Amino acid sequence: MATPVKEMRAVYAETLVELGARNPAVVLLEADLMKASGTGPFAAAYPERAFNVGVAEANMVGVAAGLSAGGKIPFATTFACFASRRAYDQFFVSCAYARLNVKLVGTDPGVSAAFNGGTHMPFEDLALMRAVPGIAVLEPSDASSLRALVEAAAAREGSVYIRLHRKAVPDIYPQGERFAIGKAKLLREGRDVTIVALGALMVGEALKAAELLASEGRSAAVIDALSLKPLDTELILAEARKTGRVVTAENHQIAGGLGSAVAELLAETGAARLARVGIRDEFGEVGTQEYLMERFHLTAPHIASAAKSLF
Amino acid sequence: MMTKEEEAALEAAAKEIRARTIDAIGFLGVGHIGGALSVVELLAMLYFRHMRVDPANPRWPERDKLVLSKGHAGPALYAALSLRGFFPETWLHTLNKGGTMLPSHCDRNRTPGVDMTTGSLGQGLSAACGLALADRLDGRASFVYAVIGDGESNEGQNWEAALFAAHKRLGRLIAFTDYNKMQIDGRTDEVLALGRLEEKWAAFGWETARVDGHDLAALDAAIEAAKRRADAPGSKPTMIVLDTVKGKGAKFCEGSVASHNMPFDYETAKKAIAELG
Repeated sequence: MATPVKEMRAVYAETLVELGARNPAVVLLEADLMKASGTGPFAAAYPERAFNVGVAEANMVGVAAGLSAGGKIPFATTFACFASRRAYDQFFVSCAYARLNVKLVGTDPGVSAAFNGGTHMPFEDLALMRAVPGIAVLEPSDASSLRALVEAAAAREGSVYIRLHRKAVPDIYPQGERFAIGKAKLLREGRDVTIVALGALMVGEALKAAELLASEGRSAAVIDALSLKPLDTELILAEARKTGRVVTAENHQIAGGLGSAVAELLAETGAARLARVGIRDEFGEVGTQEYLMERFHLTAPHIASAAKSLF
Repeated sequence: MMTKEEEAALEAAAKEIRARTIDAIGFLGVGHIGGALSVVELLAMLYFRHMRVDPANPRWPERDKLVLSKGHAGPALYAALSLRGFFPETWLHTLNKGGTMLPSHCDRNRTPGVDMTTGSLGQGLSAACGLALADRLDGRASFVYAVIGDGESNEGQNWEAALFAAHKRLGRLIAFTDYNKMQIDGRTDEVLALGRLEEKWAAFGWETARVDGHDLAALDAAIEAAKRRADAPGSKPTMIVLDTVKGKGAKFCEGSVASHNMPFDYETAKKAIAELG
């Protein structure tokens, strides 16, 4: 499908505004990145429910915890590097351990941080968040899944981490497609290998990789993981057993994120052999997103070649 | 102003909270006795004079809230809550036992009457700000109280929250620093000097006061003044710096750095309680 004009951050903001209209408990926190997150429309619609705390992520997450203890449903938004690394203990203790209801949204994941470079390029946020007991960890792949999963996060009792790609990405799902926390989507049937991808960039590359493999006579299934935690083990295992080969693809390091989660599942069940596409023990660096996709071997040809290594 | 009778009743409450705290930790044999005993008068003042709470309905939205950010003083809070009727006194002997409702550090999901989970230092004041914002959004005339430690004041997040509370004019946030001048590794002046603490809070845009944290009348006056200012136009949050003594009232540990987290047997506890008079 063609790339829509609307950016993902605009979809996020629209969804928050709609949620805010339905539920006065929904509040927004930002740490001086409201312009980047694009959440201005929520602040304009509900100025009394939007809190810009300044460049102070630890306090933002702590204030969100208090708002939640007071009955609110806070969406705290900042770059994923700060949401995860900078405020990890605040999210872990004041939100998750305290069984509060904070939705932490990390934008600009992985190579999409582009010109902000290594300091701002989280290849580890999913690993950190997957280690927090009881929370959900989500990475939507297009506008439709973003809208649905933000709504699902608001409806869930408990803290959630959402990885948000800010820019426009191609539509994968029709409007109105149904999504649920803990559920992946089978985007393409296949007999020879199953590609499990996470996030807007990698699902797109996985679909292209499936085409490349098809041109060489290999049939690849593609799964959009969507929910890293809880992981849709049922769907992934079913396809893994069918194809006997699995490739994971993530805009994140292979340790601790999707690659690890699927590796654990496959090691415990012996369902299939595995190859992983993702960052291999490296820091990020500056460059265009396209350059970095190639630099870190995240593009479709790399996914296809990982698949071929299993044949 | 308290009447003589009111002050005597609060003195009795403080003494009972102190006794229950020493008893609970002594029964277990180890715990954060020092920083628990330094906040006893404050807890008596809050739970038996100032805070609107309903022990039968601990999550009553209109209640006043307390965030005990120095969560390791949990045992003193549990003593106060048990005395206030949130749960039976018998629970106190389960402190830190497997499966207990009373863990070393405060847990809002385990203990009736605990308003916020704390223990990783520096996080409670932010949560108190959030609670105060939620009260404001919902039009609740509640006060939010927060207690931070002096050692805890080393944590930078407190100062992020300090800026934020002043910026948002959280006049219904009344915080206390338990300034007992000691932290785990030594005197605060030796480990990381806090300097002129009230001036720092004032410079961050807070109303400040400094009182003897074991003087009930002085505590009451400072809290009363903060409450009176709460809804004035342009009101500010209040920080009341409490000069306190670590281990206050228990001869075996009063004024000792080691009292932060120390072992002592039940005989020692019983003797200390007897000495409270």
